[in-house]
Amino acid sequence: MARSVTTQHKTIATAAAWIVALLIFFPILYTIITSFKSEQEAIQGFSMIPSGTMESYAEVQAQSGYFKFFLNSVLLSVGSTILALLVAIPAAWSMAFSPTKRTKDILMWMLSTKMMPAVAVLFPIYLIFRDAGLLDSRIGLMIMLMLINLPIVVWMLYTYFREIPGEILEAARMDGASLWNEIVYVLTPMAVPGIASTMLLNIILAWNEAFWTIRLTTTEAAPLTAFISSFSSPQGLFWAKLSAASTLAIAPILIMGWFSQKQLVRGLTFGAVK
Amino acid sequence: MKLRTLTLGLLSASALAFAAHAESITIATVNNGDMVRMQKLTDDFTKANPDITLNWVTLEENVLRERVTTDIATKGGQYDVMTIGTYEVPIWAKQSWLLPLDKLGDDYDAKDIIPAIAGGLSVDGKLYAAPFYGESSFVMYRKDLMDKAGLKMPDAPTWDFIKQAADKMTDRANGVNGVCLRGKAGWGENMAFLTAMSNSFGARWFDENWKPQFDQPEWKKTLQFYVDLMKADGPEGASSNGFNENLALFQQGKCGMWIDATVAASFVSDPKNSTVADKVGYALAPDNGLGKRGNWLWAWSLAIPAGTQKADAAEKFVSWATSKHYAELVASKEGWANVPPGTRSSLYANADYQKAAPFAKMTLDSINAADPTHPTVKPVPYVGVQFVAIPEFQGLGTTVGQLFSAALAGQSSVDDALKQAQDAATAAMTEGGYIK
Repeated sequence: MARSVTTQHKTIATAAAWIVALLIFFPILYTIITSFKSEQEAIQGFSMIPSGTMESYAEVQAQSGYFKFFLNSVLLSVGSTILALLVAIPAAWSMAFSPTKRTKDILMWMLSTKMMPAVAVLFPIYLIFRDAGLLDSRIGLMIMLMLINLPIVVWMLYTYFREIPGEILEAARMDGASLWNEIVYVLTPMAVPGIASTMLLNIILAWNEAFWTIRLTTTEAAPLTAFISSFSSPQGLFWAKLSAASTLAIAPILIMGWFSQKQLVRGLTFGAVK
Repeated sequence: MKLRTLTLGLLSASALAFAAHAESITIATVNNGDMVRMQKLTDDFTKANPDITLNWVTLEENVLRERVTTDIATKGGQYDVMTIGTYEVPIWAKQSWLLPLDKLGDDYDAKDIIPAIAGGLSVDGKLYAAPFYGESSFVMYRKDLMDKAGLKMPDAPTWDFIKQAADKMTDRANGVNGVCLRGKAGWGENMAFLTAMSNSFGARWFDENWKPQFDQPEWKKTLQFYVDLMKADGPEGASSNGFNENLALFQQGKCGMWIDATVAASFVSDPKNSTVADKVGYALAPDNGLGKRGNWLWAWSLAIPAGTQKADAAEKFVSWATSKHYAELVASKEGWANVPPGTRSSLYANADYQKAAPFAKMTLDSINAADPTHPTVKPVPYVGVQFVAIPEFQGLGTTVGQLFSAALAGQSSVDDALKQAQDAATAAMTEGGYIK
């Protein structure tokens, strides 16, 4: 009896999970389907069966040149993630292993910066970038993306580091390890799964960031978010082209997310159940 | 080997020297069919001007507006040519944010620009932006449904006729709505339509002392008529419909009439995308016999920000893109029907264009019927037909648009929406220092 109840619960839970997953994935799926329709098909109501035309992809490539934007997206997301880790690992280390009375306050303050609407600081940031000659530069945008995601990176690493017994680091110190060696050769290898999850999440966040990447770039540093934006039209129905552009923009990160989902889920749920 | 190395070296050096000499200009634009076509045809410009290279930044309309405003206000210098509308030009020109276009070339023929359009892009007699394409609004209707209803659309209909025709054309069983109008909130969406419509009802945004006028009977008549018409004969969920949504409905045969931008004529008459391409007729925007029609005036135009370091190259490009030569270039490559409309009088005198674009005369008549300097029946202190050319209008227009959209959706009454609009406008005008 108990077993059949458990099996029933499992079946219901699995079915519910599938329904939720399909609901979440459906807009993406429909975007992909629409990208294989002609413009006329795209506006003719709901249909899950496209004609399979590739004309939208050809036009999107001819109109905008996908690969330049793609390259910028890769450079910006990977570059900003490396920068963020360089800053966040020492910061999280100090907060996890040498906490002070104010550590929690600092962590909360860092997180609170994420609650501020980005548009509130658009003008000051724009002026700083202008004066520093960083408008439309990859370096400038890497720094910006690093700063935006830093609170989350520090928080995640702090959570992982707290799981590592401090005694191991103490033992390394007893053996004469310097601070540098302690972080690089003892702490980092032990936290590799956590750092990898943080990296993946940060790459996804940086890839999808659309406010600053559109507003601080023009031609040289513009990533795929600007690429998609360029296909939105106030006068004209270009839904198939917009869908093709969106599919091209999300495909790389979707594939990366698919292959690294185990790592991501593990990272996101790490420390959640104790 | 040595000779080859030397030759390669010389070639590289000359390429570098050329690259150093070449001037690169950045053009911010929107993703409209005409703009995309221009990007494809720029070889013609770069062949004639090998020392100028063009970089394009295409953005969504609202993002473009925000980006160019930020850049121009901070003198960021990111753009050398900007695509802006008739709303921005008078405001920005007065703030000295734009360069006057006085070096467009001897053969440019600025006098050929349609006077109503040129007037909207000039301040103190100086042209601050060159029109790339211009538009007004008019009635697009299904001739077959009109015949079925036993009616004949006059060239210049009244609002009462539109209501009568919409009632007769509505056929819910077959998915036909008598009329499709904008309902999506936004100063450039439902408020473009409603402001132009209100002009024909004798309403105005402000009196001569900038006092908001939403508490006056003319606005009540306008909004009540619009809400009643849409409830009786409009499509379901009309409060979410903007230009593109109504275009889709009309192209699929789900609207008897659609009152919107003249530029839509080329879309609805295109047999590749429209199922009703051969059944569309055109008429002037409706009126109420008060001397003003409910049509607007807009021109997507190319302007040069004052902060650019490449003004000469930028002006050469603006001159090329808005010239008669460009119109001929488009006609030779893609046919006369695809020439950007609404900017030059000579285009409408061209027999080939008239033949290719059956809506040409009605477009020109609609543009000529709009007067941005005297847009309303009663006097007003502002210019602009479907907008008020003051910086506060973007925010205020969108707020009022949300209130009116809610009235259309049935979330508030017409009276409540007007009262709240009056309060919002009074607060904005007081804060802006217009009301002392």
